[in-house]
Amino acid sequence: MAEAGRLTATAAPPLRALLRPVTLLRIAIIVAVLGTWELVAASGLLYRDVVPSLSAIAAALGKTLSDPSFYLHLGTTFYEIGLALLFGGASGLAVGLALGASKLLARAYEAFLYYLGPTPKIIFFPVMIMWFGVGAGSKVAMGAISCFFPIALNVAAGMREIDPVLIRVGMSFRANPWQMVSKIYLPAMRHPVINGLRIGLGVALIGTLLAETKLSNRGVGFLVIQAYSLFNMPQMYALLIVLFVIAIGLNALIGRLGGIDEIKRR
Amino acid sequence: MSAPSVARSRVLPAVLGWGTLAFSIVAIEGLIRAGLINRFIVPMPSEILLAFPRIVSEESVLSRFMLTIAEAFSASFLVAIFGIAGGVLLHRFNLLRQATETWVAALAAAPLVLIYPLYLVIFGRSATTIVMMGFTAGLAPTVLKTLEGLSATRRVLVDVGRSFNLTPAQQFWKILFPSALPTIFVGLRLGLIFALINIVGVEFLINFGGLGQLINELAERYDLAGTYAAICFVVLVSVCVFVLMERLERWLRPVD
Repeated sequence: MAEAGRLTATAAPPLRALLRPVTLLRIAIIVAVLGTWELVAASGLLYRDVVPSLSAIAAALGKTLSDPSFYLHLGTTFYEIGLALLFGGASGLAVGLALGASKLLARAYEAFLYYLGPTPKIIFFPVMIMWFGVGAGSKVAMGAISCFFPIALNVAAGMREIDPVLIRVGMSFRANPWQMVSKIYLPAMRHPVINGLRIGLGVALIGTLLAETKLSNRGVGFLVIQAYSLFNMPQMYALLIVLFVIAIGLNALIGRLGGIDEIKRR
Repeated sequence: MSAPSVARSRVLPAVLGWGTLAFSIVAIEGLIRAGLINRFIVPMPSEILLAFPRIVSEESVLSRFMLTIAEAFSASFLVAIFGIAGGVLLHRFNLLRQATETWVAALAAAPLVLIYPLYLVIFGRSATTIVMMGFTAGLAPTVLKTLEGLSATRRVLVDVGRSFNLTPAQQFWKILFPSALPTIFVGLRLGLIFALINIVGVEFLINFGGLGQLINELAERYDLAGTYAAICFVVLVSVCVFVLMERLERWLRPVD
């Protein structure tokens, strides 16, 4: 009896949370969207198969996730994005540190980065193909170019916001440049660096995947454009769902690791 | 600080920045002429410069530019209407805001451009696909910025409106909207930038439309100098648009 009472007591909060108006509205919106989708799929108002039924998408999602070859393509995409983040991130970090440390360098070069940053990077893809070939190299380069700018600008801005007292402490201990970077600068600007990495990861993902859709024979971007070519709409939706879950999940994960969410909540 | 030292502090960085750019261009030209860089991979900067008049006259760059700008403005028009309306709606109904604000923020961070094959299926290989892609990319930041601007209206202004017994419509048009306008414009600027990036990108990817298609066509013809010149042209156009939008935003921002 006491056991049952304890169970009821622990089960009550989730039920109360479920009955909150916000949660109820969220559920209602999701049900309305899915219901409308299913109705449109059944009515044939749009071209046949453009809006496949939810069951067809779920089946395609299951088939995709249980197919071993999908993980080879996913591995290729992750490998390319990882290398892009490594090269773009390292060069962005170095340039950002240099710009943040010197007012002269910042005034001379930061405007170039600031204005080049938001240009559409995919237009550099033909150049990247000529430089790095049609294989993974050009996709890595696309991702690296994409993530270089936000990381460099965030690091430079973050470095300028470091408390001067910390820098003076480092100098009074006669820290060498490497010690200044590893013991003072990087720990003090952890949040802007992580934020830059988060934005950089998002744009590296876009750059790499778009390049895969343009010219590739492996990777998730290739699978998406192949599904389009074969007019396999359920598979295309399934792949897009997987991509969005990965992108939003990685974004949230990096934000949580860097404590960005805590800063926002403060 | 004396006037000459102020001038020096402004001139020196500009000379360094533009000087480095000029030096890099001259160095690349020299390295290619010396055979240290393959001219079939990187064309000489002088060839790129000479290709500019050619792509303007033979590839009708201006009409392509107008097409891309028209697509960007169509997308921005849709972004402005639906983005501002969305932000106002979320501000007006707090429950809806609580339920969906995190979803809109997640959409703003999501790689939405990847759904372009889906739009190709729905709208075909047409300008509609490109405009809708720009609209999709620019919508979420505009909604969020509109919401932020309306929510940041100073309490005292809202109370002044109440003391004058303003109707909800008057309260919105006389108090909330003018107060939120600078932040809304930041959202619109972000929306336009996102729209422009995606429009040029999708033009390139689907080989249709204005400037993006031009780069793709020149690259497929292996017109190296033309490809580089077209890329430089797109970069210049993007930079000009960003500078223009920034100036407009600064002009709209109230003086503190």
